[in-house]
Amino acid sequence: MFKYFPHTEADLALMRAKIGIRNDAELFADVPEAVRLKKDYRIPSALSEIELRARLKEIAAMNQTAVVFSGLGAYDHYDPSVIPAIVARQEFLTSYTPYQPEIAQGTLSYIFEYQSMVTMLTGMDVSNASMYDGPTAAAEACFMAESMTKRKKILISATVHPNIAEVVQTYAHFRGLAVDFIPVFEGETSHEDLAKMLDDSVAGVIVQKPNYFGIVEAFAGVADAVHGNGSVLIESCDISTLAVLKTPAEDGADIACGDCQALGMPLSFGGPYLGYLATKKQHVRRMPGRICGQSFDKNGKRAFVLTLQAREQHIRREKANSNICSNQSLMALYATVYLSLMGPEGMKRVNELSYEKAHRLYDLLVATGKFAPVFDKPFLKEFVLHTSIDQTVIRKALSDNGFFGAVSLADYDDSYRDVVNFAVTEKRTDEEIERFAAVLGGLS
Amino acid sequence: MKSYDRLIFELSVPGRTGVSLPASTSKKHKLAALGSLLRNTAPALPEVSELDVVRHYTNLSQKNFGVETGFYPLGSCTMKYNPKINEEIAGMPAFAGLHPLQPASQVQGALRVYHELQAILSELSGLSEFSLNPFAGAHGELAGLMIIKAFLEDRGEFKRTKIIVPDSAHGTNPASAALCGFEIVEIPSTAEGFVDLDQLKAVLADDIAGMMLTNPNTLGIFDKNILEITKLVHGAGGLMYYDGANLNAILGQCRPGDLGFDVMHINLHKTFSTPHGGGGPGSGPVGVRKGLERFLPNPQVKKDGGAYYVEKGADAIGSVSGFFGNFKVWLKAYCYCLTLGKEHLKDVGRFATINANYVRVALQDDFVMPIRGFAMHECVFDGLVDQSTGVTTLDVAKRLLDYGFHAPTIYFPLLFHQSIMIEPTETESKQTLDDFIAVMKKVAAEAKTEPDTLKTAPRTTPVTRIDEVYAAKKMILTYQDYIAESGR
Repeated sequence: MFKYFPHTEADLALMRAKIGIRNDAELFADVPEAVRLKKDYRIPSALSEIELRARLKEIAAMNQTAVVFSGLGAYDHYDPSVIPAIVARQEFLTSYTPYQPEIAQGTLSYIFEYQSMVTMLTGMDVSNASMYDGPTAAAEACFMAESMTKRKKILISATVHPNIAEVVQTYAHFRGLAVDFIPVFEGETSHEDLAKMLDDSVAGVIVQKPNYFGIVEAFAGVADAVHGNGSVLIESCDISTLAVLKTPAEDGADIACGDCQALGMPLSFGGPYLGYLATKKQHVRRMPGRICGQSFDKNGKRAFVLTLQAREQHIRREKANSNICSNQSLMALYATVYLSLMGPEGMKRVNELSYEKAHRLYDLLVATGKFAPVFDKPFLKEFVLHTSIDQTVIRKALSDNGFFGAVSLADYDDSYRDVVNFAVTEKRTDEEIERFAAVLGGLS
Repeated sequence: MKSYDRLIFELSVPGRTGVSLPASTSKKHKLAALGSLLRNTAPALPEVSELDVVRHYTNLSQKNFGVETGFYPLGSCTMKYNPKINEEIAGMPAFAGLHPLQPASQVQGALRVYHELQAILSELSGLSEFSLNPFAGAHGELAGLMIIKAFLEDRGEFKRTKIIVPDSAHGTNPASAALCGFEIVEIPSTAEGFVDLDQLKAVLADDIAGMMLTNPNTLGIFDKNILEITKLVHGAGGLMYYDGANLNAILGQCRPGDLGFDVMHINLHKTFSTPHGGGGPGSGPVGVRKGLERFLPNPQVKKDGGAYYVEKGADAIGSVSGFFGNFKVWLKAYCYCLTLGKEHLKDVGRFATINANYVRVALQDDFVMPIRGFAMHECVFDGLVDQSTGVTTLDVAKRLLDYGFHAPTIYFPLLFHQSIMIEPTETESKQTLDDFIAVMKKVAAEAKTEPDTLKTAPRTTPVTRIDEVYAAKKMILTYQDYIAESGR
């Protein structure tokens, strides 16, 4: 017997008799003889739970966790103890997409709360139930823009994180959309170039705040220029910062998208995270993914249900807005619990602390003389500096001291070879910040 | 408990908070310096204490039905048991605390799991290499179709713009193909749900890029002509895509690569036991046969001697994810594979199939069996045998909720009008199946004696049937909408 299979020989004998077979092979008679599996799989032998724990402990020891001082799309924010306790509840963890709403009101209620909170943070009217991550949310936003304008070109600001740009480019290429980059001017989207690039082929324009360099761009006049051209403005934001920064709606964006990882989701080597996508009410039928709405049951009791499903793949098939089926529902619960705990005051404090600590590190690093400002522009928790210290030297020194940070942007663009990224959250103590700056300041 | 029906916003009292954060230590730098870059008003998030939050979500959870609550025979979703040890391991700080951009030397353990799991999936599938980057089944489909397109474009075959999809396919298949810029050629299935070979031959031409197929198909039947199908499509210059949603059925029996498939995805949240989380996060690794590896998405994880490293392949389709996909999900799937090993993974399909056929045979007098012959991992009925009562499949499904079972998948596959699709999975015992069968028979009897009970079911659940038309018409999609509507 094996712990996940409850079939005893006695059970099997009774079941075979009922089915009317003598041996199990009869059930697979339709599998052509030539391709029937006759040998054992060439994979490792089964491990007991004791052995599995030991094996994974050994594998875990091959990893080195560090005090994190970089961001680039994944931020080491504090994740309250309440979150793992709630999301581990089997009723949330092991259920499927809420196809039977009468026994899935728990899931549907938090999706409704999540959608509400996303609109509060972005200033938009509607949000879907979740996307895979920030980059795929941006790609889906481009397809919305295509559908809204019937045009075939996307402009991406070169200040958008390259990870987002790469996913957008991949999706766009196969869909048959053209992609052009709007050049950078002093760390921000060049408004002059944008104006020149806007023509009647442009479906959507993607900008990011805070941008790839950590700069909080103002986007004054951008929405008017984009809308004047009949195009759609897509703003990609780390949603956590929108608790204090001007919202995409205030910036005049038509679609807001990005990652919610900073809302209580552990770094987890890049996933699972959570993408969000929000828009104005008039575009709701062009949204991808699940949407939850409020209704009533037959007794007049308030109830929640998946709605506007006529947009989706299981109804519309090839004419659907998107192919999304499974999304990141449980991660929306992470975000919802996090935002409930934080409230408006907690979200403000997180951003204030991150701002203060990031600026303190910035000052300390510049004071070492080994790091120099690249742009003189406002930032929140993330920034870049110029350095002539070799990246391998930095990596080794930081690793030896239990740190991770000062990541070179050369991996994305060789012209930023000597530019390195830093991010500081409310989790970092003054002592960590000072020690980190001292390690880097001691290098040459 | 089940009558609890508050939203977190309705618990809010100004001034309350659920967190304590460190005090500020800087006087020099203040966020207010951002001036006009800041929003004018704070977001109207709830203000609640920590206990308010814990109690609220605990209460909400009790309105949900999970695999650990009871039998969850949702067809096509493979709702098997989600092992606890996998959750424990995924929560280890040495995994959960890793930043995705840490240098490879610091994340050798995570990269080892990636590399070893993709090798296991390749062996189980009879393919050459997998990428674990796609986030879900449909996302794996999309990546797989991109690979097919990239391969064809690489060979200069730009004319191949069409993908064949049988009418019985999962809705994601045509939706993914359309998203990838393909034209969809739908072919009708035979009355038994098989690929109609004549229909297939009629559409095969030099504009065909490939065909998407799940086998066993969505009717739970293994298409015995599979070798001829793959041969025909290959003969016409197309590639075969395997939708791995139903892979659970054939574990231990045959491998998609041996059947002639070139590209496939696997739903780790189905066959490999990771929890569905109320609709994700899943994981949809995409795999390819030899010769197509270079098209797999970036980043790619490679091994050189004893060391693992990350690289971006020049021929890759590009990136479909910010980082390495849903790491903690594929980590759980890895634990599942190590726990079952070669000794037990081979029994998964056999036990799942025995369970499905046991249910099929037991219910055939009460529910219409539109297809004769053995089912694989799931069986499909077309409503009640006795249709005179007016009781529908929806009524049957809702009544099951009163008896403490999750409903099967209903009204899919679309080939029948009253579809009931039951997938018991291999982790369920004969006793559970017997209980379920007894209730299904009881419900069939009730349909004759007290049809109104079924039409008004469920009655014991937190809410009864919901007015879906109201939801679609009113579009109350946020708490703000709700306040505006109720104030009207």
